[in-house]
Amino acid sequence: MKKTLFTTLAVLFLAFVLAGLAADSVSAQGPTPTDDEVNRIAKQLYCPVCESTPLDVCPTEACRQWRDLIRQMLSEGKSEAEIKQYFVEQYGVRVLNEPPNRFVSYVVPVVAFLVGVFVLFRGFQMWMKPSITEAGAAESEADPIHQDEYIQKMEEELKKRK
Amino acid sequence: MIADFGYGVLLVTFLVTVYSVFAAIYGEFKKKPAMVESARRAMLLTWPLLTLTAGILIYLLINNHFEVQFVYEVTSRSMPTYLKVTAWWGGQAGSLLFWSWLMSAFASLVTLRKWDRDREFLPWVIVVASVTMAFFIGMNVFFENPFAKLYQSFDGQIAPHTFQPANSILFTPRDGQGLNPLLRHPGMVIHPPMLYLGFVSFVIPYAFALAALITGRTDDRWIRLTRRWALWAWLFLSAGLVLGGRWAYDVLGWGGYWGWDPVEIAAFMPWLTGTAFLHSVMIQEKRGMLKHWNMLLVILTYDLVIFGTFLTRSGVLSSVHAFAQSAIGPLFFAFIGLTLITSVALLIYRWDSLKSETKMTSMLSREALFLLNNLLFMSILVVCFWGVIYPLISELFTGQKVTVGPPFYERATSPLFATLMLLMGIAPLSAWGHSTVKTLGRAIWKPTVGAVIITAVLYATYTQNIIALIGFFLVALVILVTLYEYWRGAYARQRSQDENILASFWNLTGRNRRRYGGYIIHLSMMLMAIGILGIEIFQVETQGTIAVGDSLQLSGYTIKYKEVASWDDRPSGVNYTRAVVEVYDKDGKYLGNLNPRKDYYYDSQQPMTIPGQLASLKDEVYVLLIDWEPISPVGTTFKVFVNPLVNWLWLGSLLFLVGVIIAAWPDKDPERVAVRAGKRAHQTSAAD
Repeated sequence: MKKTLFTTLAVLFLAFVLAGLAADSVSAQGPTPTDDEVNRIAKQLYCPVCESTPLDVCPTEACRQWRDLIRQMLSEGKSEAEIKQYFVEQYGVRVLNEPPNRFVSYVVPVVAFLVGVFVLFRGFQMWMKPSITEAGAAESEADPIHQDEYIQKMEEELKKRK
Repeated sequence: MIADFGYGVLLVTFLVTVYSVFAAIYGEFKKKPAMVESARRAMLLTWPLLTLTAGILIYLLINNHFEVQFVYEVTSRSMPTYLKVTAWWGGQAGSLLFWSWLMSAFASLVTLRKWDRDREFLPWVIVVASVTMAFFIGMNVFFENPFAKLYQSFDGQIAPHTFQPANSILFTPRDGQGLNPLLRHPGMVIHPPMLYLGFVSFVIPYAFALAALITGRTDDRWIRLTRRWALWAWLFLSAGLVLGGRWAYDVLGWGGYWGWDPVEIAAFMPWLTGTAFLHSVMIQEKRGMLKHWNMLLVILTYDLVIFGTFLTRSGVLSSVHAFAQSAIGPLFFAFIGLTLITSVALLIYRWDSLKSETKMTSMLSREALFLLNNLLFMSILVVCFWGVIYPLISELFTGQKVTVGPPFYERATSPLFATLMLLMGIAPLSAWGHSTVKTLGRAIWKPTVGAVIITAVLYATYTQNIIALIGFFLVALVILVTLYEYWRGAYARQRSQDENILASFWNLTGRNRRRYGGYIIHLSMMLMAIGILGIEIFQVETQGTIAVGDSLQLSGYTIKYKEVASWDDRPSGVNYTRAVVEVYDKDGKYLGNLNPRKDYYYDSQQPMTIPGQLASLKDEVYVLLIDWEPISPVGTTFKVFVNPLVNWLWLGSLLFLVGVIIAAWPDKDPERVAVRAGKRAHQTSAAD
């Protein structure tokens, strides 16, 4: 009888331990990530097949499997960076929604814009600077002494006519 | 048999187009007007010939001639007739033919105008338009024959051929593959024709520009002749872009209207240069400046139109390797190179005769600000161009495939768009020729104060997001400046003409359609900007799997799941799955039912996601049915977006069309008006 009781207690103890271990392993998995948590990462990824369609909205079966994979990795406690890195290692950098080397992708538009600003500025300078002949004419108009002499001559001529 | 006839007509059209090119050149050089006239008539003939070709193709499409490869690929027995007709532009070969058909319509229209005053342009306009048409028709004749039929060889291989190969028999499939379901939406039925109309109508200003360069008649005549064309072209292109956006919003199921997809960008790039051209051309008309730049812009627009078609048709977008395998990709590339080099060479040749007639007098003058506007449009173009070709360059030089997605474009273009909006606020108040800080400050301070007050109210009541506030300030500034300009004009007119204010507004617009049409376009752009700011900054989303009777909450809304049902529509070959959800506001008030749907097309084996939308000017609740299991106790997966202010975008688009139609509406020809006035005067004096 004692033996039976002992065996029963031992089995119960073992069951508790196993149940505890199972509970531990479940808690190591973490709570199931929500769709929103999955989509937050999926939004930043593109599968190699469905061009121009971000993973969070792609209706294909392959993309659904990718999203399930993200969910699983999140439940395993992987971070966003780790998950993205996993996909890059598996499928190449094209899965990211931006080229990894941002400098190269941004330098061309920025340089082009600056060149445009420079060209426009030089253009303004050139357009606003009067040409030599115009400058000469403008100078003669603006020069008060010159102007005075001219007026004097005019005045003299007019007087003579009188 | 009928397909062979169609191909025959296509071949004859190609020969007629080539003939018109050579006849025009020969007639011009040998001074034989009869030859030029013959070339003109040949060009005129292309439209009826292509209409006949298109008619034959439509006949084949409607009557299920699946032995024709194109018909097999884009139609099926279950498709309704109207979709079989629109399937014409649902595939590669058909859309190239559609391009040529529209191009020939515009070319014919141009040849029918009176040429008395511009006789020297005629042969060269014919040459440019016909070369472009010959290129596209040639694509159909030699590489993408829409009439190619399926033949089965004795070893069982089925392949399309123009002519029946030896040891083969005609193969007729029982049914076609059907049109891609995404292309069956009404938006997609109208969107490509609009876009293509925009594309082909930009060929006409280019043809006149080249004619001006070739003949050396580089005064403003070519601009005066083509400015309305350019405006109509711009209208069609803009309408095409807007319809494409609406289609994406309604059909693609990602809650947005614009994804910076290379295909979208391909259509956006000529729009950018076209918009820059429409502004810059005014400087040439008013001040006789920027003649080189206008030529360059029209050349760029033309080549970007071809480039846009090339991007979407050559396979280059998927990979440089696909491009190398594509038959038409390298040809497009060569054609773009050839036309660009020839055009720029002609521009350089005529450089001296295109010098400016006046000088810039102030950096705050209208022309200086327009130049700045051109710089911004060109910068956005560079961002777009670079974003599209960067993956190809990366693959070519490093072997690494990369994706350039929305974050790049949004980051790079937002400051440029914001500056453009600021310019839209300042430029209408600046004067041609001369403006100072003082004169500009005097004109702008009132609208600025108004915009600051509006922004402060928005800060207190709507948002504290700094980017949104900057955006709303700029929107308010542009709207107030535009209304202020309108009011000033109407007020002055009311005083001088003794009219009531409404009549003054009406007459003011009627007398200066381009200017006030332009202002309406500015206003519409601002309405669109409100929608874009709303969705870009404030959009929220959630996704969840819920059982019947359960709810999802988002941004104060409750979306309650009522039921889902699935059924087959056998005659249409579609399986519909439709959910019913109820929407409540934050106070629990019932707002309405939504029916997000998933349609599955048996012929093409593709699904289509149709959202349920509850629209208002404040926001839009947009619900998608993502997944469902009819007998699952877990429930159904929904994705819910709340898109604030998005409907201002569509409202702005409608106003935009009104503005462009006002601006592009033809004026009475001044010479004809003078002739009529002369006749009237003559009759009156005779009567006296």
